[in-house]
Amino acid sequence: MKKTLMKGNDAVAEAAIQAGCELYFGYPITPQTEISEYFSLRMPEEGRVFFQAESEIASIYMLYGASSAGKRVMTSSSGPGISLKQEGISYLVSAELPAVIVNMSRGGPGLGNVQPSQSDYFQAVKGGGHGDYKVIVLAPSTVQELVDLTYLAFYLADKYRNPVIILGDGMLGQMMEPVVFQKPDFPPLPPKDWAITGKKGRDRQYILCFDLDPRGLEEFNQRLFEKYRKIEQEEIRYEVFGDDEPEMLLVGYGTVARILKSVVREAKNIGIRLALIRPITLYPFPSDALQNLARKAGRVLDVEMNMGQMVEDVKLAVNGAVPVHFYGRSGGMIPTVEDTLKMIRDILGK
Amino acid sequence: MQTIFERPKTLINQPFRYCPGCNHGLAQRLIAEVIDELDIADYTIGVGPVGCSVYIYECLDIDFVMGAHGRAPAIATGIKRAYPDRMVFSYQGDGDIAAIGTAEIVHAAVRGECISAFFINNATFGMTGGQMAPTSILGQRTTTSPRGRNSKEAGFPFKLGEMLAVNEGSAYIARVALTKPQYIKKAKQAIKRAFLTQQAGLGFSLVEILSPCPTNWGMVPLEAVQWLEKNIIPVYPLGEIKVKEEIPNVR
Repeated sequence: MKKTLMKGNDAVAEAAIQAGCELYFGYPITPQTEISEYFSLRMPEEGRVFFQAESEIASIYMLYGASSAGKRVMTSSSGPGISLKQEGISYLVSAELPAVIVNMSRGGPGLGNVQPSQSDYFQAVKGGGHGDYKVIVLAPSTVQELVDLTYLAFYLADKYRNPVIILGDGMLGQMMEPVVFQKPDFPPLPPKDWAITGKKGRDRQYILCFDLDPRGLEEFNQRLFEKYRKIEQEEIRYEVFGDDEPEMLLVGYGTVARILKSVVREAKNIGIRLALIRPITLYPFPSDALQNLARKAGRVLDVEMNMGQMVEDVKLAVNGAVPVHFYGRSGGMIPTVEDTLKMIRDILGK
Repeated sequence: MQTIFERPKTLINQPFRYCPGCNHGLAQRLIAEVIDELDIADYTIGVGPVGCSVYIYECLDIDFVMGAHGRAPAIATGIKRAYPDRMVFSYQGDGDIAAIGTAEIVHAAVRGECISAFFINNATFGMTGGQMAPTSILGQRTTTSPRGRNSKEAGFPFKLGEMLAVNEGSAYIARVALTKPQYIKKAKQAIKRAFLTQQAGLGFSLVEILSPCPTNWGMVPLEAVQWLEKNIIPVYPLGEIKVKEEIPNVR
């Protein structure tokens, strides 16, 4: 297979095109604007639609409209823009519309800065918008994985009729790595017979995002959560790396997991046995796998580029069985191998 | 015997949910008549708002997408870009289109998006119980302007149609009322011209429909009609505000 050296932001756009994305709606924001630029060049070549909206809010609702017409759609942004899209994400869930949303996240809160950060974990995984709902969250760690998870994101969005967020960060968006574009063969999907295309040849249909009858809305919410139970059974993905009999289990996703792999290797050189669990799906979260590995290791260190967000899910998964430590850098700062190793040695007393 | 008047095919045979004296039902009937006359029901997609206008999806026998408060023009844009050969319209009240959704309607017009917007202006937030809207007239008492709308605190009535008309992308903009037979005739013509503008790909079209809201104005229906004619129409003059040269003429 041919390898191409590509920036993460360009690669995610190309993968989306190959995955069959028919309409892209975006709004410029650093550090992900190359995604829009790439689409603006490539989509017309494919006879498809690139659209620069007047706002993040408009772009998520244009996506809503195009998805309700049955098309494969994507939008992308970074933290502050994703905040503006949250209303629309809640509505997408309510209308059961598939959509792929990329967040190349940056330092927050507020305008923050444009450096890489993982401080949008809560926003992506815990809802972000109003109401009872979940969004599938995929967390790539390399440009190749960004490509592979983009194919998967479109498939899962259609399969479950639910938005999927690809949660990267400014580092992943801006770095160049060799990638291979190889679209996997996914099982067939049901036809989009719910799509709103005009009623020619059938009875009229409509897409709603409300139910004024409380019994009806509760029933809908229960149905949504049956879907989420199924997602939790079938879609958990993670990687385990390092020693089979570790003294400590490391937990980290995305960019941090790359650093933690180096930590595991460095530690081995100085006689410390470490393992890493890297959640690839942040929702559904690999709780059972994490708990089993944590029990085996006896202690856990969770590392994130934020003040401590995923660590809450790590603690829930471990459920008090072993101690859970946390190391985080925020505001666009990135944990180093040296600092992480020092923390590990302090905890282990080595 | 010859039938000279009947329910339009596109108007579903069921009672409207609207209050006595409200013009939503009449506006929706006119849209249904035009859809029948142009024979476009199979290819037309409506986009709903939030507010009293929301019930339109129950009334018209066409495909509908319902969305968030004020965002209908963006949703309509998404549908239109997905299927450029479909007729796509939004149906929005003044709280929806002239307050929270101002950005979306302005940019739809700026782009010359080939969609039509039908805008029910009753100078108040109807569904939430009669609060002041950007379209409320000066002195109008509402539940959030109990002493009357005062321009020093709350600014001036929002003339959305005139504001949109200055943009090159706006092909057809009209303001109509439904309180007299001759007004109703003109309103139907305007709705038809809006759809024909879209069909011809000439750009953005909007018809503002002044409507009484007796419940929230605290009047009986007849008083509300008279109050609209006496107080609302002078602030929001009726007529075609923008007509691009190529717009087809209809009767």
